[in-house]
Amino acid sequence: MAGIRVVKSRDEFEGEIFESLSIIQGSDLPAHAASVEFEEIGKSRKRVDGVQRVTGRATYTHDVALPGMLHARVLRSPYPRARVRAIDTKKAEALPGVRGVLHRFNSPKAAFRGEETIFREEVRFIGDEVAAVAADDADTAARALGLIEVEYELLPHVTDLEEAITDGAPKLEDGGNVFDAGSLKRGEPRQAFKSADAVVEGTYRTSTQLHNSLESHGAVAQWDGENLTVWESTQHVFGVREGIRAALLLPLSRIRVICDYMGGGFGSKGGVGKYSIIASLFAKQLGRPVRCVLTRHEENLAAGNRSATLQKVKLAGKDGRITAVDHTSWSNAGQGRWVANPTGPTNTLYDFANLTTKSYRVVTNAGSLSAFRAPGYVEGTFALEQAIDELAERMGVDPLTLRRRHAASQKDPRTTKTYSLKRLLECYTIGAREIGWTKRRAGGTRGSAPHRRRGIGMATQIWGGGGGPPAYATVHFNSDGTVILRAGTQDIGTGTRTVLAQICSEELGVECDRISVRIGDTEGPYGPISAGSLTLASVGPAVRLAARDAREQFLGAAAGVLEIRKTELRMERGHIVSKGARTPISEVSKKLENNTVIGKGSRWPNPESLAIKTFGAHFAQVEVDTLTGEIVVEKVVAVHDIGRIVNPMTAASQVQGGVIQALGFALSEERVVDRSLGRVMNADLEWYKIPTVLDVPEIVVRFTDRPDRRANNLGAKGLGEPPIIPTAAAVANAVANATGVRLRHAPMTPARVLEALAVVR
Amino acid sequence: MLDTIGEMPPFRGPEAVDIFLTVNGQGATAHLPPHRSLLELLRGPLGLTGTKLVCNAGNCGACTVLVEGRPVYSCITLAVACEGKRVETIEGISKDGELHPVQEAFIDHDAYQCGFCTPGQVMSIVALLRAKGGAPTEDEMRRAVTGNLCRCGAYVNIVKAGMSAARRKK
Repeated sequence: MAGIRVVKSRDEFEGEIFESLSIIQGSDLPAHAASVEFEEIGKSRKRVDGVQRVTGRATYTHDVALPGMLHARVLRSPYPRARVRAIDTKKAEALPGVRGVLHRFNSPKAAFRGEETIFREEVRFIGDEVAAVAADDADTAARALGLIEVEYELLPHVTDLEEAITDGAPKLEDGGNVFDAGSLKRGEPRQAFKSADAVVEGTYRTSTQLHNSLESHGAVAQWDGENLTVWESTQHVFGVREGIRAALLLPLSRIRVICDYMGGGFGSKGGVGKYSIIASLFAKQLGRPVRCVLTRHEENLAAGNRSATLQKVKLAGKDGRITAVDHTSWSNAGQGRWVANPTGPTNTLYDFANLTTKSYRVVTNAGSLSAFRAPGYVEGTFALEQAIDELAERMGVDPLTLRRRHAASQKDPRTTKTYSLKRLLECYTIGAREIGWTKRRAGGTRGSAPHRRRGIGMATQIWGGGGGPPAYATVHFNSDGTVILRAGTQDIGTGTRTVLAQICSEELGVECDRISVRIGDTEGPYGPISAGSLTLASVGPAVRLAARDAREQFLGAAAGVLEIRKTELRMERGHIVSKGARTPISEVSKKLENNTVIGKGSRWPNPESLAIKTFGAHFAQVEVDTLTGEIVVEKVVAVHDIGRIVNPMTAASQVQGGVIQALGFALSEERVVDRSLGRVMNADLEWYKIPTVLDVPEIVVRFTDRPDRRANNLGAKGLGEPPIIPTAAAVANAVANATGVRLRHAPMTPARVLEALAVVR
Repeated sequence: MLDTIGEMPPFRGPEAVDIFLTVNGQGATAHLPPHRSLLELLRGPLGLTGTKLVCNAGNCGACTVLVEGRPVYSCITLAVACEGKRVETIEGISKDGELHPVQEAFIDHDAYQCGFCTPGQVMSIVALLRAKGGAPTEDEMRRAVTGNLCRCGAYVNIVKAGMSAARRKK
């Protein structure tokens, strides 16, 4: 086709910059001016799939039930590290209702994340896959697991991060347990530390947080002899398709992946799982649909986590400024081959002239990490933003004032590129006003009783969220004037269907209720993973272009039907409008019959010369009970600078949810592992404490709401992750303000608060 | 070392029994082993998948349904214990295509994100509104859903929606 070009672009994903190719054709649309009045964009719209969600009719992967469907269950290692010597499945296979057993001695090769098999010879954590059974029902499958006899050779293990980095720990890989995961040096930090007026130094710890998506990971696979269809609860249908291709070596054209509704992922459902491959292998082998979904217990052993960190932060100050930073972090990756970078915020948030940062991935015999909503940045911000408060106090500077001095720069310190838009200082102003920062007193104030202390604290957020190519959308006009918008993205609970309908409606001039949004299916055009806060900023601009293309084509066709020049026509609220006449589009489309207008759009590359980031600040007010150690978060003000807001109502929901999930990280959520057994002691929702409705403070949500017109044609950026990043640090700073005690270990449980208070006393 | 592991084999009771109960206003029969939960009956033989299984241990409330008008965790309620009783699920509260006021309020207030906990939240609030003749206080509304976990953190809007539905019902 004419006019196709390939350009190189650089995009950010979860704190890392990737180079990629983009195919472009035609031209992009300019972003609307800030002053444009819209019909749909910027309006609070109810979810277009709301009725499905409140009536129980929304079909989640768990709800997919196919005729003849078998149920697969997974036998998981009971040991943190062992060699699987032999497996005897005779008794299991003899159980009536059992249809198949897979394990490392009989399973076909199936590549999974760099390994040749999904059943390892050396199992490396409690929960690692050893075998799987497919049976007529789940009970029979579970019973059969108990009949499989496995001969294990036990090997020395280590599950704890701080134990794993010691010299005496068992070495889990040829290179040991500690792997370099990135470093940065800027300026002359050593010199700056020497000449400082004030230096603060602290060791910070964050515990392992479990995602606990309410819908556990799982898949249903159906093989019709040639084609494989997989329903999977996932954040990326195309990623699952690629994972299945790699494992089963089927052509992509014969794999279809569907995710209609999904019950939460928070980063953990980024790609194919072993359960999807197990279901697919069984489906192919047995010729029947197979369902493999994890129990809550399995979910909390083998479906990912936010890794525990150990961080050392040292800051130097002189003349009321931060002059040097040293931040080193170790993350417990379990068996993960990737690690989030807790030093990301330190590298990019402020204009630090002199810094050294180092990040290490530590391998242990624990469940692997996977991305968890702003991976690394939540953990790193908890440490960095506390250290800054501590230094501010040491220098006698207001902590907000100290931050303002380092947050004004309009250049990304890492790449030296100019930001497309940065209004962080405005976030500070709004947040300070809403929390009443001027009422903050050094040493806090008295709370509701003499033994209760009240304090205020704040912290800053930086994250990507600019999105990028490739992402595609198509817009079809039906012969009755209704519209089908297709995009290969998926709605992970953020309201993607709704905002895409709004964008399409705005550009098309057709009301939202005539637009059906079809997503979550690899039969649609390619869409990126719903992670990294990139969905809206990646897919939205493609939808706008597809709608524009469809509109122009439809107006051209209407010109022919109505015999009026196209330049005299426009589309508005479902009508073709010309001088003095309004014709419903259904009248025109009826005449066109099945001649179909199909508009298509793709995401253009990001501007090469600019850094696209999201910013924000949270302000927290807490009351601390100095007798029980309980922290009550009374109020959180969350201010974010994420470009244009497409739907204020769903955007506010994202922020509230982020804050609440962050409060879990800050106050109560902690995977507990017995070191000697290597066993997770709270792999459930009973002893693993996620926030309930009673834990929710007053949450004030504010946006700067200025379009980032240089970022993309919508001027919108992502919001999924920003609101979980600074809350825990803001709460910790508020606790320090209230009590004079610094809590350097998240979650800040009553026990840790009391311990810290006792040390001071 | 030879080791047999895995979960405890599920308890297989005496033979399956017939169960009769009323589900969403209609008589329902099932032939089930007596250790089956109400949730398994609903999601399995009855095909009512609106009610969700999350923890299977009575911790999260995603499986909340009404038995004789009272909210229960159907994952820890035996199906046989519901013999002859009136069970209502999320599928049964909208009448003649009209959404229940609580469902409408959930849509109006964006009281969900992924939606997996939504059926349970809705049923807990429906039970509260029926039990309370008058309007509940906000504190009563919060306590009504304190046994319903929402991992996305839609709590603020869930409480708002509940209060709004309470006003609408009057």
